Amino acid sequence: MRQKTSIRRKQDLSQLIIPLAALGILVLFNLIRGIVIGDLGFFSITTRVNNDGNTVLAGNLISIIDDASALAIIAMGMTLVTAACGGQDISVGAVGAISGAVFVKVLDAFGLDKISVGSILIGLFAAIAVTIVFTLFNGTLVSVFKIQPMIATLILFSCGRSIAYMITGSATPQLNDKLINAIGKTIPGIPIPTPIFLVVLMALILALIFKVTNLRLYTQTVGINQGAARLNGINPMVIKLLSFVILGVCVSLASMIQVCRLNQLSHKTLLDAIEMDAILAVAIGGNSLGGGKFRLSGTILGAYIILMLTNTLNDMSVKPESIKAYKAIVIIIIVIAGSPAVKQKITAFWKRIHSGSRKVMAGR
Amino acid sequence: MTVKNPEVSTVRRQPMSNTKLLMLIAIGIFVFMYAAAMIFLGKRFLTVQEIFNLLNNNAYLIILGCSLTIVMIGGGIDISVGGVVCLTAMSVAKFLQFSGIEGPAGVALSILLALAIGLFFGIEQGFLVSYLGIQPFIVTLAGMFLSRGVTTMVSSENIPIKHEAFQAMKKITLQIPGVLKLELGAAIALLILLGMYLLLRHHKLGRSIYALGGNQQSALMLGINVKRSRFLSYVISSVLAAIAGYVFIMHASSGKTSIGLRSEMDAIASAIIGGTLLTGGVGNVFGTFFGVMILTTIQEIMAASKVQESYWQEIASGAILALFILLQSVVLAQRGKKVQLQGRLKAKKE
Amino acid sequence: MENRVVRAKDLMNVSQDPQNNVVLSMRGISKTFPGTKALNNVNFTLRKGEIHALMGENGAGKSTLIKVLTGVYPKDSGQIFVDGIEGEASIHSPQEAQNLGISTVYQEINLCPNLTVAENMFIGRSKGARVQWKSNEKRANEILSNLGIPAQADQELSHCSLAVQQMVAIARAVDMQCKVLILDEPTSSLDDKEVQMLFGLMRDLRDRGVGIIFVTHFLEQVYEVSDRITVLRNGELVGEYLISDLPQVELVARMMGKDLNDLADLEEIGQKKTASEAVVYEAENLSSSDSRPFNFMIREGEINGFTGLLGSGRSESVRAIFGADRVTGGTVKVKGKAVSITKPHEAMKAGIGYLPEDRKRDGIISDLSVRENIILALQVMKGFFHPMSRKETEQFADEYIKALKIKTASQETPVGSLSGGNQQKVILARWLLTHPDYLILDEPTRGIDVGTKLEIQKLVLKLAAEENMSITFISSEIEEMLRTCSRLIVMRDRNIVGELTGDELNQSSVMKTIAGGGQ
Repeated sequence: MRQKTSIRRKQDLSQLIIPLAALGILVLFNLIRGIVIGDLGFFSITTRVNNDGNTVLAGNLISIIDDASALAIIAMGMTLVTAACGGQDISVGAVGAISGAVFVKVLDAFGLDKISVGSILIGLFAAIAVTIVFTLFNGTLVSVFKIQPMIATLILFSCGRSIAYMITGSATPQLNDKLINAIGKTIPGIPIPTPIFLVVLMALILALIFKVTNLRLYTQTVGINQGAARLNGINPMVIKLLSFVILGVCVSLASMIQVCRLNQLSHKTLLDAIEMDAILAVAIGGNSLGGGKFRLSGTILGAYIILMLTNTLNDMSVKPESIKAYKAIVIIIIVIAGSPAVKQKITAFWKRIHSGSRKVMAGR
Repeated sequence: MTVKNPEVSTVRRQPMSNTKLLMLIAIGIFVFMYAAAMIFLGKRFLTVQEIFNLLNNNAYLIILGCSLTIVMIGGGIDISVGGVVCLTAMSVAKFLQFSGIEGPAGVALSILLALAIGLFFGIEQGFLVSYLGIQPFIVTLAGMFLSRGVTTMVSSENIPIKHEAFQAMKKITLQIPGVLKLELGAAIALLILLGMYLLLRHHKLGRSIYALGGNQQSALMLGINVKRSRFLSYVISSVLAAIAGYVFIMHASSGKTSIGLRSEMDAIASAIIGGTLLTGGVGNVFGTFFGVMILTTIQEIMAASKVQESYWQEIASGAILALFILLQSVVLAQRGKKVQLQGRLKAKKE
Repeated sequence: MENRVVRAKDLMNVSQDPQNNVVLSMRGISKTFPGTKALNNVNFTLRKGEIHALMGENGAGKSTLIKVLTGVYPKDSGQIFVDGIEGEASIHSPQEAQNLGISTVYQEINLCPNLTVAENMFIGRSKGARVQWKSNEKRANEILSNLGIPAQADQELSHCSLAVQQMVAIARAVDMQCKVLILDEPTSSLDDKEVQMLFGLMRDLRDRGVGIIFVTHFLEQVYEVSDRITVLRNGELVGEYLISDLPQVELVARMMGKDLNDLADLEEIGQKKTASEAVVYEAENLSSSDSRPFNFMIREGEINGFTGLLGSGRSESVRAIFGADRVTGGTVKVKGKAVSITKPHEAMKAGIGYLPEDRKRDGIISDLSVRENIILALQVMKGFFHPMSRKETEQFADEYIKALKIKTASQETPVGSLSGGNQQKVILARWLLTHPDYLILDEPTRGIDVGTKLEIQKLVLKLAAEENMSITFISSEIEEMLRTCSRLIVMRDRNIVGELTGDELNQSSVMKTIAGGGQ
């Protein structure tokens, strides 16, 4: 029995080796760099008093986790779509802009100067509803018309932001309100930024869904072998559509967070290029982009790794526009380390060491 | 054996290959669209020069379309091309403007620089995808980040080129006075189009790329060097992207960080409209050419019908892309059924 | 010059003097995969102008040996010698094997569906960079008509039937002037007539001096065309025999490494088959997108079978029963109650299980664990909102791994890494776990080893006798069906043309019914 569980654990964790290693290396790098330059400020967590007079936690680590919130939430949805459909939705940024536009439009209808919990909730639900319509459009193309996800979502990728523009026009409305800050920044009396809680909330909701339903088993089955899934009574179309619905909820939530963080809406820059980072987070998390088995914790780790990297580079005063180049190099290193060819070599190498040490032990 | 003759005769009425059919649909729609533009918008669209303007303005996109078509036929994807276009254009601009090498030598060196950039990205990406077996989307995503990031290191300012020899080359045009004018870049694009057609149709490498897109395992068993073919498809793709970057800078003669933004998606859209399948094995550069023409014609039509707000252009492009994607899926599903049925009838006869 | 004369003489004296005609010799080949020793010090010798059957159960190492020979897998140790090559042959890729004159036609057709027939015959072979379309197509048409293959050179391969695609693959190998031709399960997708055509071709090639390695699961076919047999078991060489020295029963015994008492067992259980009168499933005018309307019923505890040639509609009919294809009409009663079955899910709810014909495509979920594969159908029947606990699933998996003797490292091993026979058992376990009233088994024994075949047959008989399960059993081997079924439904041209029971259940009457009265 003990052996069985150890096998299980080994398999479960093998997918997390690469993201954990990447995270470890980043932490180590910053640690060494901190020691060398004699400033470990990267790791310090302090408190400060913000504009609203609240005491909040501050420091690099907090802002990394805080900044990664929208990405982490979208990446969770992307993981499910990837697993079920074997492809990625590249329209999440554009659809996020639409969602943000709807959210702000609803708030505007109630009056931007008298935002209430009620109007925010109505705005969020309206945004979720509209977003799901758009993600279901993608989902229908993918599941009913059997078009590759990247191609199907290319449509909204190319015109989604124009649709967002149609909703709100060229204005970039400002949202300066305590409630908006409570969502985008911190709730008075709680020192931890709210978006972090929202990530935890979303992760818990998904974990609960996996607990009380067969979504994980069905999604993986559909992703691996759709025909066989159907012959075992699973409706692949429904599962794929479901993954797009969940992605829609994720995108709406992320979009709201981002609007509240920035206190404004800009259809051009809201969640710009987040699709690439989200896909990257899925891949860094050790999930196959070809669908099938997946692990949400890997994806969330992936999102934090991406932001930690960005933050580290910022800290080293790299130009913001040039960060992409370094990011690319890190991606390349990570994917090389995780590539089948290299993996094979490493396992062979391990085995040799392992058998070697075993021989030595036997010799003793 | 008596069955043999009727059998062969039924085989003769063979269905058209998917490649041809999808391309024909694209050509048909382009002709229809252009004719409609001539009738309803008149004047501008009635001149031959209008078509040549389309070519002149979008030469780089035609080249990018070729590059995506080749990679997609091989069952891959390359989203780094837009970034490579930008990096090449910016590097060439900076080189010509600040190296101080005047005359044809400067131009020649700038061309070599462009090709070197293309080769670097091609070899790097080809190696990672083909020899290390990493998913092409991620590899070329990294390529996109890398090229865009390095571009800002080359320069984040606009660089107008005043190099004399370059300006002289830029002015070379093929023309029949008063009738039409084709820029050098457009001519290069058309030559590349032809070259890629010949490569894909009549060269061993081209057929190997089709084979590996059709069924990789089979291609391997048939004795095709799958890894090398795939590697080369990515090298070609990046080198073409670099050439596209050069052609772009010849047309625009000013380096900017926004060059080629989202052009990889336009190129993918063109390839799809022209009948290339992302699943691989099916496609044709001429189809892609018409894909580019369809996308650009829409923009011209929108401009000519005086639609002020630019977002309508994007929505129209999105709609036409949606239309083609759906059309493709319906046509393929229908044909799939027909082929299946024929197979079954045949099994019955035998 | 002298050399050539000697060779010609050798060619004529194949049967008298086999020792000097060796075209391929593999010595001491070993190959280990993680967890299994696939080949252990295996020798294999192929002579000019012989058809040499390579036999063994699944997991015996046949495929591995072939893949080592064709350079798909690198060998761990051992040597390969090829006629005409000085010293050891180095084979690291299919291309190199091809250059040495070793051609392979695999079970899964390894051609590219999007290319033309001619291209599929010539790609990967030409020296020049330019593709010679015209001459290739001309040559291809010559070969095709020479071999009597109903295809055109400029036709896209995907427009050909599977059988024709298979023959194109063989035509390619034939045209390569190969010294060694490997046919890996070439007949599994061909009907009898096409098999005969293929055998004719094989004999023709043998007479021209080609050494043919023939891998198949059909014992009768081995005895029909082969000259010699090499038997492997568990990755080790059992022996090499002339066909006349090894009766069929002995061959099976060598392959399985045990006596054939199992066959006797089977007969014994077989005697016990009795069906009650209660009808479990009844269909009237049932039709689907892929099958014509037909009537069908099965009683409690009955085992029946659908038989007919490939393409006769036997698989399509059972797929219609399970709702696997789009159902277009007909009425269905399960245990006397009218129900609508248009989707697999509804069939499962009605107590029907279906083991599909194509294990890889429709059966296994390769990356998921053995455990998840076993509990899948039951889990789906319990519903989306009622997941079983981990413990429960582990118990179920454990129970069935033991009951069906599934060979797997653990419950959590991905099912894709199991051998074919064990994968089939996993799918069988999946359906048995749902305790269906009516179980449809479409080719459950295809492509798996003799031992597992017998196990599955025994299990089928046992389920019907002891658990009163109704079973539809489909197999390409008529003998197997005669052994298990008490009623045979015969199909031809997608229509049911006969039903055989009792004394009619013998090979000759089945053949007659399949062939039809007119011929």
